[in-house]
Amino acid sequence: MMWTLPILVILGCALSSVPLGRYMAWAMNSRGPGLPCRLDAMVARVGGSRCGEDQRWHRYAMSMLVFNAVMFTVVFVILTAQAWLPFNPDAKGNMPADLAYNTAASFTSNTNLQHYSGEQHLSYFSQLFAIMWLQFVSAATGIAGLTALCRGLAGRSALGNFYRDLARATVLVLLPLAAVVAIGLVLCGTPMTLQGSAVATTLEGLTQTISRGPVAAVVAIKQIGTNGGGYFGPNSTHPFENPSLLSNIIENASIILLPMAAVWMFGRIVGSWKQAAVVFAVMGVLYAGLVGTSVITEQAPTAALAGLPVQDAMNLEGKELRFGSSAGALWAISTTATSNGSVNAMHDSLNPLTGMMPMIGMWLNVAFGGVGVGFINMFLYIITGVFIAGMMVGRTPEYLGKKIEAREMKLALLALLAHPLFILGGIAIFAATPWGAATVQEPGPHGLSEIIYEFSSAAANNGSGFEGLGDNTPPWNIATGTVMLLARFIPIILPLAIAGSLASKERLAESAGTFRTDGVLFGVILTGVVLIVGALLFLPLGVLGPIAEHLAVSGGSAGPR
Amino acid sequence: MSADGSKTRLPRLRNTSEVLDKHAVFVERHDTLTLRLLPRDIWKRLAMERQKDLSIFQPAFIAPSARRAVLRLSPQAMMGNPVMFVAWLGALVTSVESVRVIATGGEGLVFVLAVTIFLWLTVWFANFAESLAEARGRAQADTLRSARQDVMATKLASADRSAARSEVPGGSLRKGDIVIVEAGGVIPADGEIIEGVASVDESAVTGESAPVIRESGGDRSAVTGGTRVLSDWIIVTVTADPGEAFLDRMISMVEGATRQKTPNEIALTIVLAGFTLAFLLVCVTLYPIGAYFDTRIDVVTLVALLVCLIPTTIGALLSAIGIAGMTRLGASNVVAMSGRAVEAAGDVDVLLLDKTGTITLGNRRATAFVPAAGVDESAVAEGAQLASLADETPEGRSIVVLAKEKHGLRGRDLQQEGARFIPFSAETRMSGVDVQGRKIRKGALEAIRAFIESHAGTLDPGVARAADEIAAAGGTPLVVAEVVNGTARALGVVHLKDIVKGGIRERFAELRKMGIKTVMITGDNPKTAAAIAAEAGVDDFLAEATPEAKLRLIREYQAKGHLVAMTGDGTNDAPALAQADVAVAMQTGTQAAKEAGNMVDLDSNPTKLIDIVGVGKQMLMTRGSLTTFSIANDVAKYFAIIPAIFVVALPQLAPLNIMGLESPRSAILSAVIFNAIVIPALIPIAMRGVEYKPVSADALLRRNLLIYGLGGLIVPFLGIKLIDFAVAGIGLA
Repeated sequence: MMWTLPILVILGCALSSVPLGRYMAWAMNSRGPGLPCRLDAMVARVGGSRCGEDQRWHRYAMSMLVFNAVMFTVVFVILTAQAWLPFNPDAKGNMPADLAYNTAASFTSNTNLQHYSGEQHLSYFSQLFAIMWLQFVSAATGIAGLTALCRGLAGRSALGNFYRDLARATVLVLLPLAAVVAIGLVLCGTPMTLQGSAVATTLEGLTQTISRGPVAAVVAIKQIGTNGGGYFGPNSTHPFENPSLLSNIIENASIILLPMAAVWMFGRIVGSWKQAAVVFAVMGVLYAGLVGTSVITEQAPTAALAGLPVQDAMNLEGKELRFGSSAGALWAISTTATSNGSVNAMHDSLNPLTGMMPMIGMWLNVAFGGVGVGFINMFLYIITGVFIAGMMVGRTPEYLGKKIEAREMKLALLALLAHPLFILGGIAIFAATPWGAATVQEPGPHGLSEIIYEFSSAAANNGSGFEGLGDNTPPWNIATGTVMLLARFIPIILPLAIAGSLASKERLAESAGTFRTDGVLFGVILTGVVLIVGALLFLPLGVLGPIAEHLAVSGGSAGPR
Repeated sequence: MSADGSKTRLPRLRNTSEVLDKHAVFVERHDTLTLRLLPRDIWKRLAMERQKDLSIFQPAFIAPSARRAVLRLSPQAMMGNPVMFVAWLGALVTSVESVRVIATGGEGLVFVLAVTIFLWLTVWFANFAESLAEARGRAQADTLRSARQDVMATKLASADRSAARSEVPGGSLRKGDIVIVEAGGVIPADGEIIEGVASVDESAVTGESAPVIRESGGDRSAVTGGTRVLSDWIIVTVTADPGEAFLDRMISMVEGATRQKTPNEIALTIVLAGFTLAFLLVCVTLYPIGAYFDTRIDVVTLVALLVCLIPTTIGALLSAIGIAGMTRLGASNVVAMSGRAVEAAGDVDVLLLDKTGTITLGNRRATAFVPAAGVDESAVAEGAQLASLADETPEGRSIVVLAKEKHGLRGRDLQQEGARFIPFSAETRMSGVDVQGRKIRKGALEAIRAFIESHAGTLDPGVARAADEIAAAGGTPLVVAEVVNGTARALGVVHLKDIVKGGIRERFAELRKMGIKTVMITGDNPKTAAAIAAEAGVDDFLAEATPEAKLRLIREYQAKGHLVAMTGDGTNDAPALAQADVAVAMQTGTQAAKEAGNMVDLDSNPTKLIDIVGVGKQMLMTRGSLTTFSIANDVAKYFAIIPAIFVVALPQLAPLNIMGLESPRSAILSAVIFNAIVIPALIPIAMRGVEYKPVSADALLRRNLLIYGLGGLIVPFLGIKLIDFAVAGIGLA
């Protein structure tokens, strides 16, 4: 029973991701007559020549930065001025500047880390035109980035046009999918209204104000676009966001569907189904491994109930009883491995070892990863793996027929190093200062886990929280806001530079002496590289946070030798 | 006849047995062509050097290398290697800490000192590996250098034999100086002959014992310093300043003095620097995180962790691998003009191989006699043998030998019988003999047809058919005809065939498995070429090859994304050599060819291209394997050090000490010691290269991944545990 839901969801998504990936490749990369090109023409009419011409990597990256900077500014203004804007039936006040900075950064970067609570802090206008709008275009930015990377890998030195790709991703990929999911959620009972909060009189005769709003629309794109920012503070644990087991399945599936399909899109654009299959398999193994471990470790009772007669039960602390512990574990991994960040259980209350699995998901950030960017992150590991293992066949390393040389490695390592820099650097500063140490719920390993989780979540553009951490403070808002922005754009721009550099190289012929990246052996290597590099960088964190806590609560205190 | 017939130059051959003697020499030469070590001078010594190379830790190299390794500890010398520079800084920090502990009488002095010593050793081992590799290269260069004798030169005031002469040391000659070299004299510098013609003994440079003719003008006007004029005199204008001559450049390449990092080496250095930076980040941030747990991680421990984690193993051996690759190439008598070329050799996937000398033995040989209708086979053999007795070409000799072997025909003393030999002429395209009223001729079908028709005969159509069949099978038909009493008739056809070298087919099959395509280059017509190509098992061939066709072929392959290697020796090969990705010029070749190539084969053996590819691949494999090993090692080191650092603050971490190491200090010290001694332990692999077999990329990868990847994960667990035993046993920590 405990395996039914995870297997159902994972297999179902894996299967449906294949045709979806084909569709995405058509929607993003089709150059023949048809809907995508008519959309291009519209974009060019509206935006002028800048939206019509093909761009080399630096122009593409520049367009992406400009667009996102504009979006960031607009949203910042909306949030700090929402009291004066329409669609504010519950008369929400303006957001403080540091919180607005964090929120704008969070949604621009597709992170959706929420230091606010939707039902308390946001007007409907902000929900729809700041939050939901960014949930669409930030996910579309990721898809556009991946499409450009794939084009470069396929050998096109012009990577396409960012504005065109953005429009295609939003209109042809995200909108239809989000509409389908939203309708499904409405059918499950999720509210979709622009009326103000409902006021109800309870059986005891008290009046209760019940927040509602255009929930289904926001929740649909929050899941489809690996955004994760819930309409309500409690996210998908809230019965309006996630009313039933069926809505839970729909939402969990929509979390991993697009990241999975993005891999097939890559295969389609570079013209090799097998290349994509290997990457998909590696991501799948990592993802399934994390899910499996979590489901098992979450079967153990929580330490909080030690000594009580109920202690033999699985860990239900912080879970929604209508979903159970397996659904909580599956969701916790799905949401962190993919940079989504929505939650249907409190990660803070997971058993310590289970709590480490979402962290691993965020540290690696490649087990499908965010929409588009998951594959881009994996691409960095692929390049690194190809470089080191490629030499072992006695040739200078090459990937998809292109030589990997000093320039590519420099860029790949810079991008790869950005991730641990933000996580380790942030943790070091906050763990050693009252900025972090004073905001944790309890001192010791668990408190460190909260700090680790918060920075990992920001750097992985994930957005989920370990909770328990008092994170709505100026230091946290500014630090995580900045980390989110840098951690978003550095790992997109540098890989684009690599793609541009590879695209300009001669394609080498393939032979029996070529290092193959489309077989099982490379799958093993890639898994090894991800795990070893990940382990080497983040093992100390895992040991000092969750593992230390686990060993402490499981009574493994053998003492120093 | 005389047994010393072979010593006489161009002897007039009188009878068959003399011819047979000559042929024996010829056969012997060809059968040993690839194995033959050069007869004299330095190349013999180089070969001996090669034997000695097998022992890497030669006593003669150890002491100087050890000294050099110490000198290299200076910061400027260390800076070029980012990984080892960080290790060097670490050692410096712990040294300061040792001094502090000594001064303050702090606790744990033995531990701090032990860590410091092994950190310095780590750095020193790295320098030692590089110095050792250089020492071996230098030993090779010394042998080369001994070829360059410092001689006195006779300088001329002007390019005139009667101009004023002055005796100057050869080393003082500058570009543009004019010297005269007379019989018995040594040419003092590289130059160009401007007047005269002489036979020159170039064995000092080429190993080829037969003298060559060098004369002014044309392809044969270049002379190399160190070679000897045997007869006549030449006036030479010097073309290289001291230290820039061809030999000098070869020496400096072998020595590693002009060694520049190759592109892949640079990329790998960047990757290693990246990993170093990442671990620096991990270690530096551990300190404040420790502060969160109120643990003050001492600086020695942090440095130890850092040095253990950064990829010191590959960082220490990287340049040694590159130098050793060049030395290995040198050991097979190939001098690469750049490391880049060696690296490219590993990537090559198309080999252009000259048919003659590489795929087939030097020349065609007679393999069968096909008689005309009504003619006995032995009659054909006899006629062919007679017609060939005076034929000095290898083909001619092989006909004589075949007739003897198959039909027991021994030549007669034709001279006594008043025989008149008719040499081959371009006009008649025939050769033969007139003896006792018989005119015997051999030649191409059309030439013989014309000959018979000129004597009012007709060519037997069966003979023409047989000749065509031979040609279709890739052989060369040689028709034999005679005129007796005014009647001309064809006796039959001699089947001349290219003899494909033994084992070459298997060699090509191996190359194919490795994904390397072989293309045969030949001047033959397409039909003949196709037949030989099929027999030798090459993937493709270029028939009726001209230098232009060669160049075009290389460009075509390159446009399809292939990397092409070729060998060449003539000046007209130069454009193709310049275009190829790996171009091996024969040392016997012209200066232009050598300038255009990026390697020179001193043995002038075109088969060596295959070995060169092997050396390139081995070098890259060694780099990849040791990098993998180095990084895989880190997992075990983590398990040794991380629990050791935090176990005092977080006692619950004790179960993570899965190796059961004695104490936190012993764990850290053991990891440091393991990290240090793994460097000298791997020096032999770095120098010899990881074992290399001609198999597919997948098979190579599987093997290396198993040995260096999996091995790299497991070995340090065992090693650190063992060292921990020892460290605890002698009470170091």
